[in-house]
Amino acid sequence: MKQQIIVSGIGGQGVLFLTRVIAQAAVNRGLPVLTSETHGMAQRGGTVLSTIKVDNFASPLIRAGQADLGLLLWEENLSVHQTLIRPEGGLYLNAATAGPGERIDASAIARGLGNAVLANLVLLGLAVRKQALFCCVDECETAIRQLAPQKFARQNLEAFHQGLNHN
Amino acid sequence: MKQQIELLMGNEAIGRGLIEAGCQIAAAYPGTPSTEILQAVIDHREQAEEPLHIEWSVNEKIAFEVALAASYTGKRSVAVMKQVGLNVAADPFMRTAYLGVKGGMLTIVADDPGPHSSQNEQDTRLFCLQARVPVLDPASPAEAKELVPLAFELSEKYEMNLVLRPTTRICHSRQNVERQKPLKLERGANFEKDPTRWAATPAFLPPLHRRLNAGLEEIAREPGLQPRLTKGDGSRPRVALVASGIACAHLVDLLDELGLSGRVDLFQVLMPYPLNPEFSARLRQDYSRVLVLEETYPVIELQLAHPGTVGKQDGAVPREGELAPDIIHRVLAAFLDLPAPPELPVQKRGQRPSLCPGCPHRAAFYSIRQCFPKGIFPSDIGCYTLGLNLGAVDTVHCMGACISQGVGFYQAYAQDGEFPTIVVTIGDSTFFHAGIPALINAVIQQARIIVVILDNATTAMTGGQPVPHLGLAADGRKTRAVAIEPLVRASGVDFLEICDPYDKPRFEKLLRQADNYIRGEQGGVAVLISRHGCIMDPAVRKAQPSWQVSVIESCVGCRRCVDAFECPALSMDSEQNIARINPDRCIGCGTCIPVCPVDAIVREETS
Ligand code: SF4
Ligand code: SF4
Repeated sequence: MKQQIIVSGIGGQGVLFLTRVIAQAAVNRGLPVLTSETHGMAQRGGTVLSTIKVDNFASPLIRAGQADLGLLLWEENLSVHQTLIRPEGGLYLNAATAGPGERIDASAIARGLGNAVLANLVLLGLAVRKQALFCCVDECETAIRQLAPQKFARQNLEAFHQGLNHN
Repeated sequence: MKQQIELLMGNEAIGRGLIEAGCQIAAAYPGTPSTEILQAVIDHREQAEEPLHIEWSVNEKIAFEVALAASYTGKRSVAVMKQVGLNVAADPFMRTAYLGVKGGMLTIVADDPGPHSSQNEQDTRLFCLQARVPVLDPASPAEAKELVPLAFELSEKYEMNLVLRPTTRICHSRQNVERQKPLKLERGANFEKDPTRWAATPAFLPPLHRRLNAGLEEIAREPGLQPRLTKGDGSRPRVALVASGIACAHLVDLLDELGLSGRVDLFQVLMPYPLNPEFSARLRQDYSRVLVLEETYPVIELQLAHPGTVGKQDGAVPREGELAPDIIHRVLAAFLDLPAPPELPVQKRGQRPSLCPGCPHRAAFYSIRQCFPKGIFPSDIGCYTLGLNLGAVDTVHCMGACISQGVGFYQAYAQDGEFPTIVVTIGDSTFFHAGIPALINAVIQQARIIVVILDNATTAMTGGQPVPHLGLAADGRKTRAVAIEPLVRASGVDFLEICDPYDKPRFEKLLRQADNYIRGEQGGVAVLISRHGCIMDPAVRKAQPSWQVSVIESCVGCRRCVDAFECPALSMDSEQNIARINPDRCIGCGTCIPVCPVDAIVREETS
């Protein structure tokens, strides 16, 4: 299944890690995958954007209105990155307040787990529960285990599960 | 055996490719978007079949010269940098084109169309055209990796330094990439003396130049590097698309989405310079209209000299910025008479970058600004460029320019009489890169300026590469540490103080002392080393006390902590007109406490 995904947030929120988890799930399934990331100056607390393109693509970038799915870790980025998402595309946000898209206060849940950065995996859990992604629970767990430093693996999986089971 | 597929960033793919190709000497200076290439070599070094020397050189010129000499011994070597780093290495780079190399030598120069993290968008391919050095322009991480062994072979066949030029979107893309077994070349170092070449005086240069030109003509015809044609179905005769680098990848996806794949002839140019003259001739003969898509400058376009070219020269393709897919869509629609895509909404900016919460640079900048509200503040390239947000950075030019600019400002004012306080800020890595000669110059020119060396013991902007005073080599081995203080003293500086900028009263006292010194009878350059480890280093965080910091009701909403100090953990609650601290982002450093004029920022001790 061809899928174009954006992950949006600010530097330090773990946008890159979330991107890698999703891309690794594609690799594990044997699908071609391309991602792009923001590095350098913008990473210092500024708005960052990753794109993920699963299946046969040549370019890592996504044109306006072509993304099937948006995962937003920073609500204020909605006005910046929404134009990339198809009108009927899925939209998942880490937000404490009401508004467009499926929302979850992932930061609060992550804080409860002892580390605000885990909001990224909480949000992933929500998106997977809603079957918005090409990959399933097991595939995400495997990818998280592969990529998380060993001593944080359990905490990371816990964050993913909290998102998965949240109503 | 099943081929191993890995998800690799473009830079990791290139780094891995270097090891697989038997590269034995790798030298670099970090800079976005090139940094992770050497890091990948470090990470994969265990897999190398041969001894491997890896270094973070003090600057790009040195990295190039180290790799060059290694190539003279017959071994494969690489110098890695970003596009503006090639300016620093320009001197040896130009001469190497004439003298050539022995063992395969690549210069990997990562360009930054956009530009995302650079002071300009310069195109390394154009630099190569000027230097007469062949350059390869990959369109994906996997292709970048594939080109590495081929480039080494050709470098040895033609005894030429070759350039591999990935761009930001290649460097920082990830793709599924195949792993190969690293080569075992079993080469011992063997430098064959030939002063007519390796020490060529002007008398020997014309024949070397002739040899270079002959080599370029041959390599332009190398079969493995020819433009790759994806044939169309003839429905659009005498029309061709020519693209290189990531622009070609964007174009391929776009054609697919528009249902135009395989409908129009598409050439991917792998080697933009030297362009095969037969390719140019064929285009002139077989096509009336040619769209050329390339980042950043019209390098292919200039060499093609096709009268029906649509590209940067006629303005059909934007002459600046990244050729993002949406832009290519617009250009292609106009070229092929397709319906024009809808106008893009104006892109909002989003959150601006800023120094990290607790960053020692913020404390230093705030004090500098407080002490010298009318000062002039030349600064430089690194995290600390973000001192712009605090009004404590007025100029940023290129690596190491800040001290010389400080001197220039001083001389211009001083010749009229009065001079303002000029506070130059320069990071520790930048100081080693290009600051030392500039400091010596400032001293002998008797400039009266304050130079604050922002020493956070790392190259922070690019992710924390070791600096010379750390005593660590690229691969983590211990090495001799070269301290900053004796270098400053040996440069002839008499006023030298060291202070942790977290200690605001002392830091400001020293700044005032420095100002008195530069204005005194025997005054000259004053140096203050602002020393506190980078907060991104977990060990630094662990070693410093942390408080629960909060804003109490006496806050009068003056915004000073938010606007003038701008810690990202602080924001204004506009409804209550009170400052708030975001607990997810605050690291409890307490540097904001003395900033509040009414003492509304307070702390409680935590463990
Ligand atoms: S204590 Fe103050 S300056 Fe330090 S991180 Fe927290 S809000 Fe920022
Ligand atoms: S906390 Fe202090 S500096 Fe910040 S807005 Fe309130 S009164 Fe002003």
